[in-house]
Amino acid sequence: MKDFIIPSDRDFGTPFVRSTATVTLNIDGFDVTVPEGTSIMRAAAEIGISVPKLCASDNMEAFGSCRLCLVEIEGRAGTPASCTTPVAPGIKVHTQTGKLKQLRKGVMELYISDHPLDCLTCAANGDCELQDMAGAVGLRDVRYEAIDTHFRAKNTSGEANPQWLPKDESNPYFTYDPAKCIVCSRCVRACEEVQGTFALTIEGRGFDSRVSFGAKTDDALASDCVSCGACVQACPTATLSEKSLIEIGTPEHSVITTCAYCGVGCQFKAEMRGDELVRMTPYKHGKANRGHSCVKGRFAYGYASHQDRILSPMIRDSINDPWKEVSWAEAMEFAANRMQGIITKYGQKSVGVITSSRCTNEETYLVQKLTRGVFLNNNTDTCARVCHSPTGYGLGQTLGTSAGTQDFDSVEFTDVAIVIGANPASGHPVFASRLKKRIRAGAKLIVIDPRRTEMVDSPHIKAAHHLALTPGTNVAIVTALAHVIVTEKLYDEEFIRTRCDWDEFQDYAEFVSAAHNSPEAVEVLTGVKADEVRAAARLYAKGGNGAIYYGLGVTEHSQGSTTVIGIANLAMMTGNVGRPGVGVNPLRGQNNVQGSCDMGSFPHELPGYRHVKNADVRAIYEKLWGVTIDSEPGLRIPNMLDAAVEGTFKGLYCQGEDILQSDPDTKHVSAGLAAMECVIVHDLFLNETANYAHVFFPGSSFLEKDGTFTNAERRVNMVRKVMAPKQGYADWEVTQMFANAMGAGWNYTHPAQIMEEIAMTTPSFAGVTYDRIEELGSIQWPCNDKAPEGTPLMHVDGFVRGKGKFINTEYVATDEKTGPRFPLLLTTGRILSQYNVGAQTRRTDNVAWHAEDVLEIHPHDAEVRGIKEGAWVRLASRSGETTLRATVTDKVNPGVVYTTFHHPDTQANVITTDFSDWATNCPEYKVTAVQVAPSNGPSEWQEEYNAQAARSRRIAAAE
Amino acid sequence: MLDSVEVTSRVGEILTAHKGMEGSLLPILHAIQAEFGHVPQAALPIIAQDLNLSKAEVHGVMSFYHDFRENPAGKHVLKLCRAEACKSMGADRVAAHAQKALGIEWHETTTDGRVTLEPVFCLGLCACAPSALVDGKLVGRVDEAKLDSIIGGLK
Repeated sequence: MKDFIIPSDRDFGTPFVRSTATVTLNIDGFDVTVPEGTSIMRAAAEIGISVPKLCASDNMEAFGSCRLCLVEIEGRAGTPASCTTPVAPGIKVHTQTGKLKQLRKGVMELYISDHPLDCLTCAANGDCELQDMAGAVGLRDVRYEAIDTHFRAKNTSGEANPQWLPKDESNPYFTYDPAKCIVCSRCVRACEEVQGTFALTIEGRGFDSRVSFGAKTDDALASDCVSCGACVQACPTATLSEKSLIEIGTPEHSVITTCAYCGVGCQFKAEMRGDELVRMTPYKHGKANRGHSCVKGRFAYGYASHQDRILSPMIRDSINDPWKEVSWAEAMEFAANRMQGIITKYGQKSVGVITSSRCTNEETYLVQKLTRGVFLNNNTDTCARVCHSPTGYGLGQTLGTSAGTQDFDSVEFTDVAIVIGANPASGHPVFASRLKKRIRAGAKLIVIDPRRTEMVDSPHIKAAHHLALTPGTNVAIVTALAHVIVTEKLYDEEFIRTRCDWDEFQDYAEFVSAAHNSPEAVEVLTGVKADEVRAAARLYAKGGNGAIYYGLGVTEHSQGSTTVIGIANLAMMTGNVGRPGVGVNPLRGQNNVQGSCDMGSFPHELPGYRHVKNADVRAIYEKLWGVTIDSEPGLRIPNMLDAAVEGTFKGLYCQGEDILQSDPDTKHVSAGLAAMECVIVHDLFLNETANYAHVFFPGSSFLEKDGTFTNAERRVNMVRKVMAPKQGYADWEVTQMFANAMGAGWNYTHPAQIMEEIAMTTPSFAGVTYDRIEELGSIQWPCNDKAPEGTPLMHVDGFVRGKGKFINTEYVATDEKTGPRFPLLLTTGRILSQYNVGAQTRRTDNVAWHAEDVLEIHPHDAEVRGIKEGAWVRLASRSGETTLRATVTDKVNPGVVYTTFHHPDTQANVITTDFSDWATNCPEYKVTAVQVAPSNGPSEWQEEYNAQAARSRRIAAAE
Repeated sequence: MLDSVEVTSRVGEILTAHKGMEGSLLPILHAIQAEFGHVPQAALPIIAQDLNLSKAEVHGVMSFYHDFRENPAGKHVLKLCRAEACKSMGADRVAAHAQKALGIEWHETTTDGRVTLEPVFCLGLCACAPSALVDGKLVGRVDEAKLDSIIGGLK
């Protein structure tokens, strides 16, 4: 663990006010100058005076209900609440007078008269604001006898107390104990203002007021609660407490680290007792999350200590043998000998690596270095291949960088947001909360998605336009939007003339103006009403700051790259690039998918997106590593598998990725893996890919290592070791041991040295060092001499590539078409509580929310097939078939079905085809023609697969 | 008992009638109570969906107002004032008498479904305390005898 100073995360009571005018006032004899509109409470906090408070917190608006924060203002009558009273010029405020002391004591007496005095055995002992405030106001006795209470299960004569409610333990991660509640409404307001779910309310009134989850009959689990933890964080007492805190006790130290789930990159305080993790709480100064979290980062870390985790290296001769547990040294020798043998027998290019987007930048860098510097080929790829490779290509071509243009704070300045092919409420929940907050404040939202997601319609959120297009027609709809903007002259001519090439734009304008690109003409393809498209285009072009957020619904198509280009075109032609509140923002799937791309994981690019054919770039690494780097791009994942089936690719080192489950056309993947002679899987668990592996290196969790993750906003966040690796080594050490077994001679002793090498060789990381990240909290690349503190906004004064480039986006329908045998279109996605292939979240209590994948089907399609809610159905495509349960919902249009891919039993990728993006091979997960029919249970494939998996996971008993 | 189809369709009509009205939640709850004699729990998610609110919010609003009932009342509703002025004029005594005469506690309905007894806090008729509200009609100076005649008149 690293020693560093945690910046103060004290609570200022009310939110920061963004105002250019300032006001000077005097508090307790000290002058203080604050932005106009700031509360007196916050102004006092700025000079270090903490006015007593219970209902206020600086992540939510002032409420004025607890009556503890009263102050006196000279010349004004009464004792106003300092949280709800704004500052005024020249006023003199007193926060501590005889009158105030008496009032506060009186208020506290009332609170305490209906609160149990079991502090010593209470979970919040030492971590309780009610306790703190009792101390702060000098409460020494309580005059009121507790007769009518909420906290005694029985009254003095032994009769049941109807006011007492039992604990609600339904949520797997936290407990709601109504007996401890002081009804400050902080939890309700946190749910509304911070999270935006509105799952909580105050039921009843007066003495009968209770915090209630959902409707009358709901408990926490049955309500709309998404278990983000904001209410638990907000609760000043033990009413809402983490179960882990109740079980273990209060933490004694904490370490700031970065969540290892999605690409938002939330920072957390890992609160520890010794080396036991007590809880993860969102870090207030985390620049991506600003003190908020979701159920995964906040609670779903139990997988790191799950019994399925493998802690010892294993080897076997054949995938039909049981695994044999061996020492690290033996495993390394076995793996190196096999790989060496393959290289000798089949040549330099017969082996390769897959880097993980779940591991740190440093670990990813080492894995690509392994193949380039030790195997001496460019056969490296990463799971970004199957998600955001079109983003890299499309944004690289048009704007000049393979990354999003904004930071997440930018959304606070957005007036019109387009969310296309993404469901941030499920996939990027913390960003969704920030977007929803902006929408509740008046920003408009346009959703382009085949499904009616939570972003289209949920409490206090209603999209201005929902373009519910037919899967596979993104390009048509994006081009139609451009058609309207061009033909109705809604574009920003000045921006285009100064920042882009006007002639190029003319060419593009001519292309999109063609009649076949009009909303009316594409209506038959997209199924979206032309009026709706026109209205959406006008809103985006003329509605103020327009920002586009997109996800895998854009990229995972045969024309994924084209849609990305179309999105960049829309932003450029409306001048929505280069300032806060606008931009093109890919919502990246995994914690470090941006980083793994940056680190040169692609077969054609060295770190920093520099093509391997550039001799000058190769020279940098050749000089440093003392090897000759292959000038030919290597194999992509699908090419590796094709080559394996053909017999020319024989050895693979797969770091932290489960290609068998996550890559399309499972049967092809398994055939490819089965044909290899040495598959090394480096993972926490015996994942599906490991069924075909010969060597298993146990991995370390994000809690067990130092390093950095780069999130969707290009932010390099620190990951800090909070406990020792359970299996002995951090992942970078394992890769180094293997490389050295292959004769590499690496000797890194800390990931900081790897980052030094990255900075030394990669211009966009030139200014990044661990010390600098410690100092600044995080750094958004590019970080170099020109931008020593990093770059929150890209393309501010000019595009990275010089002039923004318009590229024509001709719609070409995918080859995957519906027909009589496969009349429905399947599209896939995620849900909130599970993460990708579920290797982690399935091993946590998150299964309480999503125990299996289900197929969403429209009532019309269900009825004609005789499918009822909850029935088993057979889902078949041209590639394969599987079975799962159906749910009947009008969230999907007729003709479209939807499922998630979190569970290996479902194997949704048995269904998906091997069609892929024309530019990057990103698989077309989002469109598959299918048929759905009632079924009795698992398909033959599922049964065979499960039998093979069970056989393959056997571990031989120790002798 | 109303079936859910009936509730859904009639709530739908009420929601349609209130389309576009600002702050329509309370008027809608009133209209539903007028329609069904109570606000069925099944109506709340439908209202929430229509008004772009969460089911928790609608529950919070409804439970705040004691006048919105979850279950149907008896044929007649007798409300007795429990506020200060009436108490000083013997409201407690009258209330005890009412409970005894009807054989029920507060918020309960007689077994024959004839009368529901409820407390109310100030009817604004303090000058004629103790006061009562009988099926929405104000009655002043309610003593035991008057109460007996009121109850006797509730068929």
